[in-house]
Amino acid sequence: MTIKTYRQALHDTLREEMLRDENVFLMGEEIGVFEGSYKITAGLLTEFGDKRVRDTPIAEEGFTGAAIGAAMLGLRPVVEIMTINFSLLALDQIVNHAAKIYGMFGGQAKVPLVIRTPGGGGQQLGATHSQNIELYYAFVPGMKVVAPSTPADAKALLLAAIRDDDPVLFLENLALYNTKGDVPDDDTPAEIGKAKITREGHDLTLIGYSRMAYVARNIAESLAESEGLDIEVIDLMSLRPLDRATLVESVKKTHAAVVLEDDWLTYGIGAEIAATISDGAFDYLDAPVRRVAMAEVPMPYSKNLESAAMPTNDDVVNAIFQTLEAVGRRLKKVGQSHD
Amino acid sequence: MIEIKMPRLSDTMEEGAVAAWHKKPGERVEVGDVLVEIETDKATMDYEAYEAGTLSEILVAEGDTVAIGTPIAMLDNGKDSPAPAPAPAPAPVEATPAPEPAASVSPAPSPAPSPAPAVAASSSRTVSRAVPENRGADGQFASPLVRRLAREHGLDLSGIRGSGPGGRIIRADLDSLVGAPAGPATPAPRHVARPVVATGPIVDARRASQEVPVTKARRVIARRLSESAQTIPHFYVTSVADAEVLTQMRADLNEQAVDKDLAKVSVNDLIVRAVALALREHPEVNASYLGDDSKVMQLHNRVNVGVAVASQHGLVVPVIVDADLKSVYEIGAETKSLAAQANGKGLSIEQMSGGTFTVSNLGMYGVEEFTAIINPPEGAILAVGATTREAVIVGDQIVPRHRMRMTLSADHRIIDGALAAQFLRTLTAFIEHPWRIVAAEA
Repeated sequence: MTIKTYRQALHDTLREEMLRDENVFLMGEEIGVFEGSYKITAGLLTEFGDKRVRDTPIAEEGFTGAAIGAAMLGLRPVVEIMTINFSLLALDQIVNHAAKIYGMFGGQAKVPLVIRTPGGGGQQLGATHSQNIELYYAFVPGMKVVAPSTPADAKALLLAAIRDDDPVLFLENLALYNTKGDVPDDDTPAEIGKAKITREGHDLTLIGYSRMAYVARNIAESLAESEGLDIEVIDLMSLRPLDRATLVESVKKTHAAVVLEDDWLTYGIGAEIAATISDGAFDYLDAPVRRVAMAEVPMPYSKNLESAAMPTNDDVVNAIFQTLEAVGRRLKKVGQSHD
Repeated sequence: MIEIKMPRLSDTMEEGAVAAWHKKPGERVEVGDVLVEIETDKATMDYEAYEAGTLSEILVAEGDTVAIGTPIAMLDNGKDSPAPAPAPAPAPVEATPAPEPAASVSPAPSPAPSPAPAVAASSSRTVSRAVPENRGADGQFASPLVRRLAREHGLDLSGIRGSGPGGRIIRADLDSLVGAPAGPATPAPRHVARPVVATGPIVDARRASQEVPVTKARRVIARRLSESAQTIPHFYVTSVADAEVLTQMRADLNEQAVDKDLAKVSVNDLIVRAVALALREHPEVNASYLGDDSKVMQLHNRVNVGVAVASQHGLVVPVIVDADLKSVYEIGAETKSLAAQANGKGLSIEQMSGGTFTVSNLGMYGVEEFTAIINPPEGAILAVGATTREAVIVGDQIVPRHRMRMTLSADHRIIDGALAAQFLRTLTAFIEHPWRIVAAEA
């Protein structure tokens, strides 16, 4: 085990996989000379040369398409799209090509492509640069979408994504890059499609992914200390495939659930989770499944408004308290700040 | 105004009886309220309201039976409800999608006192409707968990006051009832006036009579057995079969089974198969009397043998369909899995329907012989006792032999004494020559 940041874990894993397999190569805007907008690819151009670390023009559709072609012919491209917002320019390539080639052409070509891209708002980047639109890809059969929330999971899921023969959208998060944690030294990949119970509990199931899985853990710990609550936390890890069994089993035990998401509520990932729970654990629910999500507005630029639009810790705590009160727990401190 | 019709509660159901109305004319009905208990041929089920309104008229009285689709009550869902709703909850409007919350409203739960926005509940079966979060206190709302626990523990929720949002009954409200070790508190029974059996002055509380809720399953058993015993002229024919060879054969089969890792064969499996074969020879016993008004009776060409099972939830009779077409092993495996299911999540109506004859076996308890009550609309039931060793005169010798007593209870309206005797003779012959049970053509 080594303590690393999420950023460092990604960097080291990319480097290890490039050393392990010469078919692994990187493409993206500013990833070479500039070493990446978020410095994930620092030093890799110098070490591996410009054949394996390719700076591209500002043309997402073009370089994503080129990576799909390379993947079909046997290479294992890892594309960095600077933020998930820019992936919209490559939407047709991802949805209509990467996700469908294997199935449409009878399995003649696989597309072992990884698209690394960060989501997350809160950096005052405005409405078009602060979105959480991983749902668009999680919606599409043929895609895999993974979203680590810790440095260790970043490593394990990136290993799994690079070694997977299907196109994987690898969701990072701006707010997580500097978080630290223990990272195993061996290279055991995660199993894509498995959620992780990151905290066991009996009072309620709190579900999140990416930044919200991190938030969920922290809030569960803090409520354990301040209120003596015993909250079970699930990190989805993978949005497609979705590990429905783990969710259902947990709610069968706790009888209540709150789902956290950084994206918008309507039609969001939380809706899919809530439906999964209602389907699989209906007879075990003692209260409706609650969702906490962003306000249904384009993200404002103004700092105050941006903070108000994003789901806050208070929103999460309120949802937890309201759910627990609905199942008969009497709690005092609704609305108190846990920031 | 909505017509409430007799629902189809199982695939085989053709008519249903109104067992009990839970609402009176003029009473307010909310979505999800239990409106009426409907009794099918095998079970009594709650029928919940799909629409809110006022019950304006009851068309079918308790105890009456009508065909599926027959209107049984009228529900007034008019917009001019007598008591105006306190909140601006949208009045339920048929076939109109529920209003969406404005896009600009923050959907994250807020600590504000207003309830979460009503969400459209729609399914392919019912029209979309708005479901207000707040309900009247008499609305029987219970969380799905509570409903399941009530089903499993046979609790009547009507006497329980919900402490959840909008009066919803939540798990915490059942704490004193479910899993409480010495809790004498049972929910207030629905019918207040009931006979109480006095067992004398109570000196020691532990020796006082306890009140245990009558589960729905128990109520069905009670009703059906009374009906059978009171309306069917039962008569009984008992016969003793020599089970020496059968006992030997079964021991032999099971010795092989251990070697070959096959399932063991029980005496009951052999009897079920023997009964099925005997019924094939005597289709008049595999018959149903359809009532005094019917000009015909039914002779069944399928042989579906019910097996009485003492499950944790009481007596149930799962049916081995086409038992005459199944091997002893198949019958054994099916019986085992049905019994396991009966003890677990319970059997479906389908699994208890369609029987044409029932076998009730108390042999495993050492019962020598007994009589059983016919399971209508079947024509007869066989009560099987234990296989015991007895002193039997063979020739001029007294020898120990395995013997088994069987008593047929028959519906005398359609089965005469001679027919019952012939059937038992055929069955006895199968038991005494058991290889025929195994070897008979399927």
